[in-house]
Amino acid sequence: MNLEIVNSQTWKNQLKKSLFLSFLIFVLSACVILAFGFFIDKISFPLLSSLIVLPLVGSLLLIFINRNQEELIKMTALMVSLIEFILSLPLYLSFDKSTAQMQFREEYLWIPKWGIKYSLGVDGISAPFIILSSLLTILCILVSWREINKKIKEFYIAILVTHTAMIGVFMSLDTFLFYIFWEAMLIPMYLIVGVWGGPRRIYSAIKFFLYTFIGSLFMLVGIIFLFLYTGTSDMLKLMNNIYPYNMQIWLFLAFFVAFAVKVPMWPVHTWLPDAHTEAPTAGSVILAGILIKMGAYGFLRFNLPMFPDATIAFKPLMLILSVIAIIYGALICLVQSDLKRLIAYSSVSHMGFVTLGIFALNHQGIQGGLIQMINHGIVTGALFLCVGIIYQRTHTRQIADYGGVATVMPLYSAFFMLFTLASIGLPGTNGFIGEFLILYGAFKAQKIMGILGATALIIGAAYMLWLYQRVFFEKTSNYVLEHIRYYGDLNVREMVILIPLAILVIWIGFYPGTFLGIMDISVRELLIHINTLLGVAR
Amino acid sequence: MEKFYFLIPLFPLAGFFINLFFGRFLKIKAVNAIAIAPIALSFIVSLLAVWEVLSGKIIEYNLYTWILSEELKVSFGYLIDELTAVMLIVVTLVSLLVHFYSTGYMHGDPGYYRYFAYLNLFVFSMLMLVMGNNVVQLYFGWEAVGLCSYFLIGFWYEKRSASDAGKKAFIVNRIGDFGFLLGILLLFVNLQSLNYGDIFQKVGLLQDKEITFLLWNVDLITVIAILLFCGAIGKSAQLPLHVWLPDAMEGPTPVSALIHAATMVTAGVFMVARLNPLYSLSEVALMVVAFTGAITSFMAATIGVVQRDIKRIIAYSTISQLGYMFLACGLAAYGAGIFHLYTHAFFKALLFLCAGSVMHAMAGELDIFKMGGLRKYMPITYLTFLIAALTIAGVPGLSGFFSKDEILWFAYASPMPYGKVLWILATITAFLTAFYTFRILFVAFHGEFRGDEHLRKHLHESPTSMTIPLLLLAVLSILAGYFSVTHFIEPIVGKAVTALPHEDEKFVMTISILVSLSGIGLAWFIYICKPHFADAIKSRFQFIYRVLWNKYYFDELYDYLFVKPTIYFSRTVVEKITDRGIIEGIVNGVPKLCYIAGKSMRNLQTGFMQHYAILMIIGVCIILFIIFSV
Repeated sequence: MNLEIVNSQTWKNQLKKSLFLSFLIFVLSACVILAFGFFIDKISFPLLSSLIVLPLVGSLLLIFINRNQEELIKMTALMVSLIEFILSLPLYLSFDKSTAQMQFREEYLWIPKWGIKYSLGVDGISAPFIILSSLLTILCILVSWREINKKIKEFYIAILVTHTAMIGVFMSLDTFLFYIFWEAMLIPMYLIVGVWGGPRRIYSAIKFFLYTFIGSLFMLVGIIFLFLYTGTSDMLKLMNNIYPYNMQIWLFLAFFVAFAVKVPMWPVHTWLPDAHTEAPTAGSVILAGILIKMGAYGFLRFNLPMFPDATIAFKPLMLILSVIAIIYGALICLVQSDLKRLIAYSSVSHMGFVTLGIFALNHQGIQGGLIQMINHGIVTGALFLCVGIIYQRTHTRQIADYGGVATVMPLYSAFFMLFTLASIGLPGTNGFIGEFLILYGAFKAQKIMGILGATALIIGAAYMLWLYQRVFFEKTSNYVLEHIRYYGDLNVREMVILIPLAILVIWIGFYPGTFLGIMDISVRELLIHINTLLGVAR
Repeated sequence: MEKFYFLIPLFPLAGFFINLFFGRFLKIKAVNAIAIAPIALSFIVSLLAVWEVLSGKIIEYNLYTWILSEELKVSFGYLIDELTAVMLIVVTLVSLLVHFYSTGYMHGDPGYYRYFAYLNLFVFSMLMLVMGNNVVQLYFGWEAVGLCSYFLIGFWYEKRSASDAGKKAFIVNRIGDFGFLLGILLLFVNLQSLNYGDIFQKVGLLQDKEITFLLWNVDLITVIAILLFCGAIGKSAQLPLHVWLPDAMEGPTPVSALIHAATMVTAGVFMVARLNPLYSLSEVALMVVAFTGAITSFMAATIGVVQRDIKRIIAYSTISQLGYMFLACGLAAYGAGIFHLYTHAFFKALLFLCAGSVMHAMAGELDIFKMGGLRKYMPITYLTFLIAALTIAGVPGLSGFFSKDEILWFAYASPMPYGKVLWILATITAFLTAFYTFRILFVAFHGEFRGDEHLRKHLHESPTSMTIPLLLLAVLSILAGYFSVTHFIEPIVGKAVTALPHEDEKFVMTISILVSLSGIGLAWFIYICKPHFADAIKSRFQFIYRVLWNKYYFDELYDYLFVKPTIYFSRTVVEKITDRGIIEGIVNGVPKLCYIAGKSMRNLQTGFMQHYAILMIIGVCIILFIIFSV
């Protein structure tokens, strides 16, 4: 590291930064005022479309910035994501908790000949994920600040486009629109893993792409079939249609393949450890935080409400697959030697909890599943961010190279401990709320599934605490000392990344009502919907 | 007034946050003040609460709804009745004294502020545990105290053994909590409520209900009670999950006194007493509790007899005494169990703090056979240790005597047929207890100093910040027995049933006094009169000695039975064979197959006209053949 050059450039950077900072504050305050304006009259302003368009505009802006002005590129990306986040807040602030109807509706004819519409809307099931996604995108941009050193411009463009596609999936109310966003997200994600990833990035990127793409093709067949059968692509109409039993089974399977790969459920999970491990930190966070939630979301939007009879028929199988994922993922975590791979496999286990809750098919199960999806986004996202932060200092992901980090980085260790505890599901953290609800739901549905799922309490504690011990406790290894001395503990940027997530962990842990309240009616309506349609087909 | 009792746990929580965030910038005195003041305040508010309870009031208050999902409703709230009142006093008083003591003991440690932050967090969690008005809050406190215990056992995390012990404690506790959580879920599925009040009201409805488990019909209440008891087995270190407690002695000694003797480990006993209407409905569950307690108590005492590490002996003694409490609860004499919990908190904390004082003087040495003659150098520590030892041995007039005697009496007079067996076990244990406690006293404090000269010069009495808590605890150990907790909490836990007339109590009492005196006498005989006698016994009973010295090989057994197979199974069967072998084999095999198929088909495209012509003719022939043959 050439210190002199760094020093001579420092004051210039400082000046630039302060300029940007003032600009930033200006924009932020403007946004806050605007945001307040929206929820006085939310219909007149196309909030959801602007959420979709804004990152695209941002990436267009980035295209026109000279690639040498790295700070400017980063700042622009950061600002766009900040504005996006503030814009997404009305989704919570002016959300009507008393209805299960779609809110913030927008509808335009898109392909008039076939009646395909550009139709957006959110309800209690999707709204939290849009906000979460906006938050995580900010953090992803921040964590990439020093980590990404090549093709910086393209990287931030990719991040912003991914964001657009992801929130598009959560908003779409038209099957074709849904499919387009679903697939659109693959392209930038493929690039993020393949271009900025680790040593085995090409293999992982191709694997990730083909795996999910093949799954999605089944969904495409399902969507086209539904369209031909009913003549509409409106998801709300499709939901109220009644399909013959045999057709339900086949359609369920078609959608199931696409969503199961995405979740990922056992045994189609093997793309996940490779992709998570090789992706750059931001990529891992997006993958774990939002992308894999789309699978579970798909179950709730398509499989459950549209094919209730098939859902009941497949319920035992789904529960078994979920429990296998929970235990299998946890056991594999015990023997991982790579930090990121361990956390990736823990995702398999945690997402097993999500599907266990969803297919328990009762209020607590589904609500717990939703909360667990948010939790997993926060906690696993945070753990990947933590790994990214230390990887940047040490350039190793091998657990064996670490040891005694707590002595040299006490603040970092405290944050990591908090996220570890949340991952274990300690009461008082968000993890407990999700796991408790899910286990109760599963227990109510099928006692043995609840019991088997609960074994993850033990194995989960074992692998996470063992990981923590090997990385943070005992004597400080020379390797760690050498590499961390120069950087020291967390800097301000890194604190800014971790603090919001830490607050969320505690917040949901002690007052989950904020989130449970939003979902409540939507989940109840979903179950009522399923129960009324149940058996009609026969 | 009742609204403000949530301040009791809130003060320590505030202390925790302040010390955690700002402790590193503060002077030692400020850290002390921030750590101790909240505990003192909690103690004062607790006294107010107890005052209200004494005047016959039961305080229940819901703070806010924590989790709400359809019929599942859990709140944060508190219930202060006689049982909680006893626990509040024990927790706040002992922690106050231990906090004082720690200012001397931890002086100069680089993690000083961190230590006090954890300690305050522990007090918060423990108070949440005892004050909660529903089972989920109990579980919250339950896990939170486990977390603090994990932090404090591994406080000197640079030591491999310390971080191992912390991890072990957490995971072993989790195994118990697995059962505990299932118990909670089963309870809720059947009762639709988790509030104590509702549970006690409705629990009668569950009687005679059965549940099918693995094609086997079992009584529902028994299943719930035993599942919940699993949690108690873990937290209160009973057989077979006791293995974590001796290792937990890696933590600072005041922590052992507070968490691993006086408060946290008694949470299991508290839970059983708290849920007594549930346990009383199931004879089988009570029997399980009683026998677990009695057998643990006996087994731990036998191990304690041969150990050399002063803290470990006291740790096994703790396990043994906890077994006593469960024995009482298992006889439906919950009052006696809580009474023993209450007296034990004082004298066991005192024993540990004395051990800490000795370690302070001995530069961390733990082996009692490297000590000796300490009474000359540390008179106050000697005096207080003597009082504690007399108390735990059950010498009449001291607090331990009252509570222990009550348990023995309830065992002897129990209407259950197995009562006498339990009484015999408990009486033998009482003998062993007196023996090993006085073994420490005679070996460490009497005779000549066995360490080197350098260490001998270093010997000194501990500073006043440590000796004052010792003296206060000694006073409490003597006097605590004169306040009959059993009688006080009778309205909550009911009165134990006895099948024998009260006159027989004299007989039990005589036996127990004789037993404890003979235990002390034997210790005196072996370690003072005939110092070589111990070695003679050791070599005579080699096998028994080795088994006891290795703690019945529990750790080794678990390692070979559970830990190693799990790791091996995960590594080979799950990861290598299933994940990398089968699943990845298919995932990578399909593209490979496509590739091979394409490659081999490519050979057909030779580019020679003749080849294509021949193939065409062959094809035509085959088609013709098929057509004509049909």
